[in-house]
Amino acid sequence: MVKKDYTNVLNKIDMIASKIYDDFQKTEIPYLNLPTRSKSNIKFDDKFNVWKYGKKTIERSAKSLDGAYMLLRTMYMTDFIKEMIRINKSSTLREMYYISEGWDMAKFHTQQESNMLAEDLEVITNCMREDFKLRPEEDGSRVIGNLTIEEMTRNKTKKKIHCQDDVGDSGYTIPYNVEPEKITFKSADADYIIAIETGGMFDRLVENGFDTSHRAILVHLKGQPARSTRRFIKRLNTEKNIPVLVFTDCDPWSYRIFASVAYGAIKTAHISEYLATPESQYLGVTPSDIENYDLPTDTLTKEDINALKSELTDPRFQDSFWRGEIKLQLKMGKKSEQQALAKYGLDYVTDTYLPEKLAEMGMSKK
Amino acid sequence: MTKITAHDLAKKQKEISVAEFFERNKHILGFGNATRALITSIKEGVDNALDSCEEVNVLPDIYVEVKNHEDGECKIIIEDNGPGIVKKQIPHIFGRLLYGSRFHAIRQSRGQQGIGISAVVLYGQLTTGKHAKVISKVEEDRPAVILELVIDTNRNRAEVLNRNTVHWDKPSGTRIEISIIADYKRGKRFVYDYLQSTSIVNPHAQITYKDAEGTVHFFERTTETLPRKAVEIKPHPYGVELGTLIKMAKHTKARKLSSFLKTEFSSMGDRTTKTACEKAGLDRNINPKEMSREDFLALHKAFKKVKIMAPSNDCLSPIGETLIRRSLKHETEEISPEFIITASRPSSVYSGNPFQIEVGLVYGGNLPKDRSVKIMRFANRVPLLYQQGGCIITSAISSIDWRRYGMDQPSGKGIPTGPAIFLTHISSTQIPFTSESKEAIADIPEIENEIKLAFRECARKVQKHIHKKVRRKKTREKFDLITKILPEIAKKSAHMLDKPVPSLDAVITKIMDVVWIEDVITYEKVDRVIQTTLIEPVEEKQQGVITKSKIMVVNYKRTPQKFNLYALIPEDAVIGAVEPKPSKITSNYIKWGLGTIQPANKIDVNFELAGLGQGDFDENDLYIENINPTYVIGADKWEGD
Repeated sequence: MVKKDYTNVLNKIDMIASKIYDDFQKTEIPYLNLPTRSKSNIKFDDKFNVWKYGKKTIERSAKSLDGAYMLLRTMYMTDFIKEMIRINKSSTLREMYYISEGWDMAKFHTQQESNMLAEDLEVITNCMREDFKLRPEEDGSRVIGNLTIEEMTRNKTKKKIHCQDDVGDSGYTIPYNVEPEKITFKSADADYIIAIETGGMFDRLVENGFDTSHRAILVHLKGQPARSTRRFIKRLNTEKNIPVLVFTDCDPWSYRIFASVAYGAIKTAHISEYLATPESQYLGVTPSDIENYDLPTDTLTKEDINALKSELTDPRFQDSFWRGEIKLQLKMGKKSEQQALAKYGLDYVTDTYLPEKLAEMGMSKK
Repeated sequence: MTKITAHDLAKKQKEISVAEFFERNKHILGFGNATRALITSIKEGVDNALDSCEEVNVLPDIYVEVKNHEDGECKIIIEDNGPGIVKKQIPHIFGRLLYGSRFHAIRQSRGQQGIGISAVVLYGQLTTGKHAKVISKVEEDRPAVILELVIDTNRNRAEVLNRNTVHWDKPSGTRIEISIIADYKRGKRFVYDYLQSTSIVNPHAQITYKDAEGTVHFFERTTETLPRKAVEIKPHPYGVELGTLIKMAKHTKARKLSSFLKTEFSSMGDRTTKTACEKAGLDRNINPKEMSREDFLALHKAFKKVKIMAPSNDCLSPIGETLIRRSLKHETEEISPEFIITASRPSSVYSGNPFQIEVGLVYGGNLPKDRSVKIMRFANRVPLLYQQGGCIITSAISSIDWRRYGMDQPSGKGIPTGPAIFLTHISSTQIPFTSESKEAIADIPEIENEIKLAFRECARKVQKHIHKKVRRKKTREKFDLITKILPEIAKKSAHMLDKPVPSLDAVITKIMDVVWIEDVITYEKVDRVIQTTLIEPVEEKQQGVITKSKIMVVNYKRTPQKFNLYALIPEDAVIGAVEPKPSKITSNYIKWGLGTIQPANKIDVNFELAGLGQGDFDENDLYIENINPTYVIGADKWEGD
């Protein structure tokens, strides 16, 4: 593990300041261009098999008040990043939001705004927020399985952790930084990684010993997964060549969780190749499962229906599997949860449902 | 069956006293029910009090009190600081109907018929059986007179029951106490509304109201200047009735028809007199006393065929836009309206009677958005509280398509909906009321037309105001941008690169690309002598408020600019120091021929106004000439005088 070289990052940050400065020198109204970050501007990247931003751009110009504010904030934020790199510190996105309180006119009104700008900077510079010494505050999610990780601790000592023997029932916690300078995968012996949406289901599989009985690495997604979780899954998939299966609730929001794991999220499409695992497969629960397993359901809300319809126009959901399932769900007007499987008993998911689904997907190694 | 002869009938035929008549017809006078009776009684008392103070040039200070007894009896007390009434006249004024000083005069006044206050006395007497009490003091060092009276309804005469002298602190004034049957519970809201409305159109009056619960409400005076005194004028030929014409001819001192016409009527000169006589086919030299009914008829008809100038408007006493604005501002403080806009029409005439319309519009603030606008109607400074639906003011407002001016109005007819108050004031020598209770104005096309014109003007001003506000807000943002944010961006980028801060002028002119005009108005209280009026006699005050306007003109175009600037000023303001030297000053505006302004340079223009209260003038109306108006923010194209 090597100490990170920030020269490239610093150069890229200075390029932003130079662009603005040069505009003034040329007596041009200063502006920055960046890709439009919306559903309408994501394109499939054949090289990486993930969805990335397309060619549409928007202009942030000092011509308008909003644009000028954004440019000023950009200046402040890049200056702050330079300073952090100089003094070798890092801050959470929330800390940066509070620090921006002192930025006078450039201060943000919500953390949402400052998070967005940090992402904009990634997009403009092609750097990652880790390069900017920025990290999220959410704690990482959990992993249990036959996997040995070597982690560089804060005391600069390397520590080996086996994700079954060295951890309790809540598992190994994924740190916010999962790059090679922080963790490496020493060994892994598993048939698949199961990424699980809810903590309840994760704990059910752990309690039922599914990781040992079915040679699985269980990863808790905690709803829409954090970048580090997605990056962890991606690295484990590519470095150890273990297939990834995503197990979520059966509603439109869960499909988006799968999409961000498999294809890349719209918000982070600029770094999809780092975060997305194109080989991921959707395990369930599918609308067909609701019918086949006769699961308890709830009626789709107006928001659910709108989200499903919006997915029908989302370029990431255009294959026949998703179109079929989404249309089926709209027709049924129902949704269901992973834990609805408990209808048939606590062991049903591990004894019946998962083995059947795995067999169906050709994953079963009996 | 016995035959009834004319002689038998004659035994039954006798004079009906006026008092007796009104006893039976009290609804026409506004005493129709117990709620109305309360308001009408207070209204008549306050009208009289205001009129009497103004007649002797005293700023009215009026006290109103209502005491509520059980079984529906109220005692109302109204007190003024007017000249008082001489002892001998008190029984006539309070105890006789159709007695007064203003009935015969052709000029604007509140009361006219002389029915008002004595009707209240009569109503009180009829409903409670109690006497009215009057206190009056006419001279400072003499005691006041106090007397109690009732009206003898058969004779239309007062009967004085008690007469005494009493000590009263006031230098002079009148106080009446009358007990009436009234519905205080229902009427109290209207009493407050009436007094507040009265205060709005009488900004020179101070009204203190103590309600039956003991709460004292204070309606402050907002100007120390008394309204212009309405001059008495002679009848105008267009408005005179045939009977009146005959009566006037009978009593004239003139020996010739021509001099009769010239001396007894207004607006009759040599030429109009000659034409009128010719059209009537009458000799100008005949004695008016010897004219036949046919002659009068011909003359009366001839009047209508001759173009006669409108009577002079000296007989009117409008409130004035500045005072309406100030009053509305004062009374709507709690509502904190977005803006108050007024419009005033020149005087006009219907059937020979001069009249003038003034309107005011209060918009926004805490006013309800989903209800019909509030309509406030006033005639000769008296609020009209009832019969809104039957009034020409209401129908004039309803016939305007307010949707064009951005208000809600289903089908473009009727009272619009929105957060607004519409005020209308009509001043006239003869207000054409629909009935004696004086609550609604009759359907006179000339009046309706003037009201519509006034409101349209108001609505246009509102539109302009809103348009200007939106444009200013947009450019204000740009201004923030170039004055605050852009320099920061430049500074920060230079700092990050360790380079000198770049010059911004070129970028600023590129972003703005306008000539920016902005004004700031400040008020300064001064103790030196200032001239407050332009017209003779010049009034000077020891102290007052100076309204100071500072207009900043900045050229954010890429080329030098040179143009003329106009600032409108209110007619009742006096111009003080002006900097730089103006090229023209009229009673309406100041004009400057500004020197060439280089890109990114500015010129400051300053001027002072006196004779206005603080806040009367809070926004400049600026115009430009000899420059493309689309280049300019903060001023509109000058369309000429």
